[in-house]
Amino acid sequence: MAKLPSSRIPPSEITPREVYQSRRHFLQLSLGLAAGALAPGVGFAGDKLAGVTSSKYVVPDQPTPLKDVTRYNNFYEFGTDKESPAETSGSLKTRPWTVAVDGEVHKPKVFDIDELLSLAPLEERIYRLRCVEAWSMVVPWVGYSLAELIKRVEPTGNAKYVEFTTLHDPQQMPGQRSDVLEWPYREGLRLDEARHPLTLLTFGLYGEVLPNQNGAPVRIVVPWKYGFKSAKSIVRIRFVEQQPISTWMRAGPSEYGFYANVNPAVDHPRWSQAKERRIGDFFKRPTLPFNGYVDDVAPLYAGMDLARYF
Amino acid sequence: MKGKTVLEQQLVWIKTVVFLCALIPLAKLGTGAFMDNLGANPIEKITRTTGFWTLSFLMLTLTVTPLRRLSGWSWPMRLRRMLGLFAFFYGSLHFLTYAVVDQFFDWDGIVKDIAKRPYITVGFPSFLLMIPLAVTSTDAMLRRLGGKNWKRLHRLSYATALGGVVHYGWLVKKDLSNPIVFAVLLALLLGFRVLLRCAERNGRQRAVPRAAVPDSLTPSDSGVRKTSG
Repeated sequence: MAKLPSSRIPPSEITPREVYQSRRHFLQLSLGLAAGALAPGVGFAGDKLAGVTSSKYVVPDQPTPLKDVTRYNNFYEFGTDKESPAETSGSLKTRPWTVAVDGEVHKPKVFDIDELLSLAPLEERIYRLRCVEAWSMVVPWVGYSLAELIKRVEPTGNAKYVEFTTLHDPQQMPGQRSDVLEWPYREGLRLDEARHPLTLLTFGLYGEVLPNQNGAPVRIVVPWKYGFKSAKSIVRIRFVEQQPISTWMRAGPSEYGFYANVNPAVDHPRWSQAKERRIGDFFKRPTLPFNGYVDDVAPLYAGMDLARYF
Repeated sequence: MKGKTVLEQQLVWIKTVVFLCALIPLAKLGTGAFMDNLGANPIEKITRTTGFWTLSFLMLTLTVTPLRRLSGWSWPMRLRRMLGLFAFFYGSLHFLTYAVVDQFFDWDGIVKDIAKRPYITVGFPSFLLMIPLAVTSTDAMLRRLGGKNWKRLHRLSYATALGGVVHYGWLVKKDLSNPIVFAVLLALLLGFRVLLRCAERNGRQRAVPRAAVPDSLTPSDSGVRKTSG
C-alpha cells in the first residue's frame, strides 16, 4: 500500500511515552495519596499488564501505530474533535472504579475494577476496528471474552439483551457539559452477540493499561460492528428483556441502527460504506462484510434482512 | 483625483497583506504535510481545512458590501475580487482533495456520492456555481457583460454560500456548533441586503427622480468595481 510521505515520523519527533505520561502519572498519584489510598502498581495508562497470553484472534494486518490509536479518537465525552480526547481525558479518574452488573441475572454484583481484571486470563487480540465514518485501524487489545463475565452472573431466562452504560460525570468528562449527545452514553448487544467469543471485555492495548482516551479503565470491543457500538469507560452492564435504545439510535434513528454490523452493501446516508481508509494508508480499501469476521459471526444473523436491521 | 495617491499607496499595502494572510492556511497545510503534523488522517484534515476556508472567504466576500454601507469606506470594495477568488481557490483545493486524493479518480464512486449523499449533492453544485463567477471576475468580463448583468450573475455567490453552509451542516455527524456559526453569519449578511433593498425601495418612492440612477453606478464610485451585489 502506498503511504503518504507524511505518515512517517522521525523518531526524534516523538515525545517519549515516559515523558508525556510522567506528568499525568504524578498528578494521579498525588490525587491517590491525597485521598489516602495509594494507587496499586497496575492501573494507569502506560502500565504494563502482567500475564497477557496470546490468542488465536489475530488478524494478519499491520497494527496501527500507538500514536494514531491514542490520538485519533471518537469519544464525545471528551469533545467532538478526534484530537480532543487525547488532550482532555487526563481528568478521568480510573481508580477507584466499579462496574455494576445487574438486571436479569441470578447473581448481580458490583465488581471492583481490579477484581474484574483478574476474573479471567488476559489475552492479546489483534482486531480490525472499523468506524462508521469509513476509516479503520488495527488494534492489539488486551482483555478476555465478555462471556467469562456473563457466565459468572448467570443471566435468567428473561435476559435477551445487554446494555452498557458509560460513566456520567461532567467533572471528569468535560464533553458531557455540552448536550451534543444524551448522556450517559448507552449501547447494547443481543445476548448471543454479547456471549460471542469475539466480544472482548477490554482493559488494555499494546500490552498496557488502556489510555483514558481509549475508554479506560474498561470497555468492550465488538470487532464486527462499527466502532460506536463498543462502549467505553463502562460503569454498568445490565441484562434486560427488551432491546435497549442506544445513544446513537436516539440521536439519529434513520442513520444508526441497533445492529450496526459492518456492511459494505448498506450505506450510511452520510458515508458510502463500500470502502474505508485504513489510517496511514493513501488508497482506500474495500470494506469486508462483518469487517472480515463473516465466518465467525454470520450465523448470528441467519435469515435476517441486514438492510432492514442495519 | 490627485489626493487619492496616498490612499492608492495604502491600498497596495492592504492588498498585499490580505493576499499573504489568505495564503496562511495553505502554508500551514503544506508545512503540516511536510512535518507530519496533520494527525492520523491527513486527507480528512486537508479536506476539512480547505472546506472551512472556502466558507470563511465566502463570508468575508459577502461582508464587503455591508461594511462599505455601514462605514462609508469605499476601499473594502477593492478587496472583494481577491477575497472571492480566494474562496474559489480554497473551494477548488477542497474539491480536488476529495476527487483526487480521497476518491482517487473513482468517478463511479464520485457520481454515486453526488447522487446519494445529500451533503455532496448540495456541495458539488455550490462549487460549480463559483466557476462562472471566477471566470467573469476580470475587468474585461465586467465590461463585456455590463454592470447590471455582471451584478445579477454575481448574485450567485449568495447561492454558493448558502449551499456551502448547508453542505457543512449536513456533513457534520452531531456537533453542529461550527456550521451554526456560519449559518448565523450568513443570515446576518444576507439579512442586511434584504433590509437595504427595502430601505432603497422606500427611499425611491419618496424621491422619484433619483431612482433613475442606482446608487452603485454613480461615477463617484470610481473604477470598474462599482457594483454593490
